[in-house]
Amino acid sequence: MFSRAYKTVVTVPPLLWVTVFLLVPYLLMFCYSFWSVSPAQAIVHSWNLENYKELLQKTVYWQTLLRSMWIAARVMVFSLLLGYPLAYFLSFYAGRRKDLLYQMVIIPLWVSYLVRAYAWKTILGSDGVLNTLLQYVHLTRHPLDFLLYSPFAVVLTLTHIYTPFTFLPIYAALEHIPRNLVEASHDLGANPVQTFWKVIFPLSIPGVVAGATFAFVLSLGDFLAPLLLGGPSGIMISNIVVSLFGAAYNWPLGAAISLGMLVIVVSLLFLSERLEKKWSFS
Amino acid sequence: MELLVNSSTSNTPCSRWLLVHALAVFSFLYLPIAVLILYSFNGQGVGGFPPHHLTFDWYRILFADGPIWDSVLNSVQVAFAAMAISLMLGIPAALALDRAQFPGKALFRRLVLLPLILPGIITGLSLLMLFNVMGTKLSLMTIMLGHGTALISVATTEVFAGLQKLDRAQEEASLDLGANYWQTFWRITVPNLKLPIIGAALLIFTLSMDEIAVSFFLIGRDNTLPLEIWGRLRRGITPEINAVSTIIFVFSLVTIVIWYRLRVRAEGGVDIGGELVEDSSTSTLSS
Repeated sequence: MFSRAYKTVVTVPPLLWVTVFLLVPYLLMFCYSFWSVSPAQAIVHSWNLENYKELLQKTVYWQTLLRSMWIAARVMVFSLLLGYPLAYFLSFYAGRRKDLLYQMVIIPLWVSYLVRAYAWKTILGSDGVLNTLLQYVHLTRHPLDFLLYSPFAVVLTLTHIYTPFTFLPIYAALEHIPRNLVEASHDLGANPVQTFWKVIFPLSIPGVVAGATFAFVLSLGDFLAPLLLGGPSGIMISNIVVSLFGAAYNWPLGAAISLGMLVIVVSLLFLSERLEKKWSFS
Repeated sequence: MELLVNSSTSNTPCSRWLLVHALAVFSFLYLPIAVLILYSFNGQGVGGFPPHHLTFDWYRILFADGPIWDSVLNSVQVAFAAMAISLMLGIPAALALDRAQFPGKALFRRLVLLPLILPGIITGLSLLMLFNVMGTKLSLMTIMLGHGTALISVATTEVFAGLQKLDRAQEEASLDLGANYWQTFWRITVPNLKLPIIGAALLIFTLSMDEIAVSFFLIGRDNTLPLEIWGRLRRGITPEINAVSTIIFVFSLVTIVIWYRLRVRAEGGVDIGGELVEDSSTSTLSS
């Protein structure tokens, strides 16, 4: 039905654009990671493995990467713990208020990421809302200073930001479960708990995997929340990259780390795709 | 059926716990927003309980603050440009994915959708390297290109979802009756995709207005609003930031409500960007 010319016209411009502005930049990142910086701070375009050697040898990179993954893993778990029961409640118990409640989960997404991180900063600070409230009601005498500038603050803020992201695919998966399956389970004598674990939960796994991937991948690469709320102990891998591209001026080393992140993220996406396919019932 | 599940289970301890949990999660989600708005009226600055001296002073200061409004203007320009770029490429990309077969289609699909799930730092840095190699000076223009490119994913997913529901017979009839492809596109395809396109445009606009990770690396001399706020946060916090955030929040909320009304009236459906999350999560990498 559609002519060759039509197909060419709709295919070529986006294809070219995506090649120039997405594919080429990723390839450039790959190239940069093999280059180096001269003492005069110019990029030397000679190919070598020095950056990767440095990454393998210096423990600070590994430690920071592991810490970032640990932070991301905690964010993932907390987002699931908050998001799953909420999605389940909305899908199965909310009745007529379902649509309204669904919109209410989405609305915080429309408050800028930066602004929400900032709001947590004003809540957790030593003369912030929480500490002054605790002192006002005489629960504490001195400000609790582990609240801000700690991995705790980063995990809390990122959990706040990614819970709706985790909620959405889980909710979508729960909504797609044919209700007659649930009915059948009830009719055959299963109690609600059994129905949940034997019927509903297995069918919602693709959504869980998608939500978990969102939370993990997006928090793994975050650098703004750690800068704003993390303090020295909350530094994440992207913060090292930012400083390598800024003051430390070592783009090639920064590119090598970014490429490592890209590889981790893309592998995780492949893995999650596999898992989703394996568990999808349609 | 839903009634049945509800009535048979609505008073179990289990459902009561779920209700309590839901309330707790909503409080967690809305606490920072409430604090943000409340303290924009607090005469004593940010933090400090209980709030004292409710005042509009911070809004007054905000309205007289030149650099903030310059950055808002910059952000609006960037958002419109990003919207134009991503729609101009995202709509054909969705048509291509729906209707054409070409070598590398699977890779193309994955590449287009990747910026949606990739941490912004990777998109930002890779583009920074591109502009550096091409010798392009960083400016609002580079941010427009960055946002435009990253958000093609949004236009493509929304329009592609719309195309799946589209009845091709209309297009076929139009072509049979002698309209050319161009006429058919403008008179049949686009009007039928009106809602997904408007939805994508609104989403792109708001996402671009808020975007910071990509802009962070592509910024020239002129700040966008999030970067202006970022710069100020590093110097210390003032309720002026709460005030500007509150205004933006109210603005976004109004936009969503209008969009919601539009969509409910048109098709009775209710979903803002839900397709996006659903589609990007389940098919980012599937071909």
